[in-house]
Amino acid sequence: MYALNYVKVKSLAEAAKMLASNPEAKLMAGGMTLVPTLKQRLAQPSHLVDIGALPELRGITAKAGTLTIGAATKHHDVATSAVAKKAIPSLAYLAGLIGDPQVRNLGTIGGSVANNDPAADYPAAVLGLGATVVTNKREIAADDYFQGMFTTALEEGEIITRIVFPVPRRAAYAKFAHPASGYAMAGVFVAQTSDGTRVAVTGAGPGVFRWKAAETALGKNPKAAAIEGVALDAGEMNEDIHATREYRANLVRVMAKRAIAQLR
Amino acid sequence: MAKVEIKVNGVKQSRNVEDRTLLANFLRDELGLTGTHIGCDTSQCGCCTVHVNGRAVKSCSVLAVQVNGADVLTIEGLAKGSKLHPVQQAFSECHGLQCGFCTPGMIMATVGMLKDTPNPSEEEIIHGLEGNLCRCTGYINIVKAVKQSAKMLRGKKPAKAAKKAAPKKKAKAAKKAKKSKKAKKAAKK
Ligand SMILES: Cc1cc2nc3c(=O)[nH]c(=O)nc-3n(C[C@H](O)[C@H](O)[C@H](O)COP(=O)(O)OP(=O)(O)OC[C@H]3O[C@@H](n4cnc5c(N)ncnc54)[C@H](O)[C@@H]3O)c2cc1C
Ligand code: FES
Ligand code: FES
Repeated sequence: MYALNYVKVKSLAEAAKMLASNPEAKLMAGGMTLVPTLKQRLAQPSHLVDIGALPELRGITAKAGTLTIGAATKHHDVATSAVAKKAIPSLAYLAGLIGDPQVRNLGTIGGSVANNDPAADYPAAVLGLGATVVTNKREIAADDYFQGMFTTALEEGEIITRIVFPVPRRAAYAKFAHPASGYAMAGVFVAQTSDGTRVAVTGAGPGVFRWKAAETALGKNPKAAAIEGVALDAGEMNEDIHATREYRANLVRVMAKRAIAQLR
Repeated sequence: MAKVEIKVNGVKQSRNVEDRTLLANFLRDELGLTGTHIGCDTSQCGCCTVHVNGRAVKSCSVLAVQVNGADVLTIEGLAKGSKLHPVQQAFSECHGLQCGFCTPGMIMATVGMLKDTPNPSEEEIIHGLEGNLCRCTGYINIVKAVKQSAKMLRGKKPAKAAKKAAPKKKAKAAKKAKKSKKAKKAAKK
């Protein structure tokens, strides 16, 4: 790891100021992505601005058809939250599938959504539920937020403060985890709302995406049989030593069916 | 450089270290607490698991400055004098180790898991130790040791001692009911 300067800020305003005056500074929340990256010398920030303990970024609240989760809320806290389990049980379930207990005790939803790893779990829920990413500057709809592998709508120095999830009628997440890394080889989040059904896919493509043809086929009353012959372009999928494009495309369909069967 | 003050196994420790110092190195190199092992150094194996403010974390992926002011518990802090912690005792009795390299992390992860899930099923044990790798045992005896630890820890809780009689009776009654069901089934056959 290169030498660095660590700063634990006391407020969101202080964090924003640090970022504005130090263009090479980087935010840190749980460090579960950042510390391994630094150890590999893949990044050399001038400062680490730790926002992980800011109380204004923590917490889970439900009201008027929405569930709001503070950016620095740990995966463990979402997985075990009675409020989250009641409002969107599939979201709490998803949080409990991330990594392992030690990772869930430190990793945060804001860090995961900011990082936008193409195989991460939270992006599937944020896009599948049509959530809103709230930053210290604006509100960004999930459909505009995710822009492909490790790329988001966030600007330099912009800080995610919370994610607001609309509570769906029913939702479910099915993940085929890579047996060694635990990341998704294919993860499908299905949400049934009063307007129709949304299907978001992670792990299989170069970034989280909506399977729109499946959404149309499922309509307002999703049934697994409806997506049997629905088009999914294998050419858009990732191919590596773990799986071919065709295999990944098939996994997506199987995971989507499993999710539909588990809607709750 | 940063002044880092951490309470480790109940004792306040203060050192001046570089900001990039990992908690695992702080414990091993600065404090000489080499029970915390570094197996992979890439947050995969869990050998370096310690508790920070009561929660299990991988100390190779945490900066020492990040946990300034925290309470840290390492494998060295579990036993009371020469009396092993129930989880340590269970790992020893069930042969939950061979070379022992993964063991400190396994034990710290188990102590953490049993706090959240005092009576885990086999599936919950496997899910709960997902962050820990063992290259020797094949995990069978580790799972056994976790089950035994859970039993020992549950049995030990003094507050429940008074209530113990009642659930036992219930268990007996349930057994009886099962037996009579079996008997009925047998009779039907
Ligand atoms: C062994 C292991 C297994 C894992 N398995 C999985 C898995 O199965 N599924 C999965 O989804 N993830 C997995 N992860 C990743 C984990 O979920 C991370 O916790 C998460 O990706 C990053 O969260 P963090 O809080 O640790 O962020 P950090 O590492 O602190 O930061 C990550 C990035 O986000 C930025 N950032 C952090 N917070 C904010 C904010 N509020 N606003 C703007 N930018 C911010 C940082 O600058 C940095 O660039 C795994 C990680 C490990 C180490
Ligand atoms: S040494 Fe920390 S996880 Fe392997
Ligand atoms: S006992 Fe050797 S690695 Fe687990």
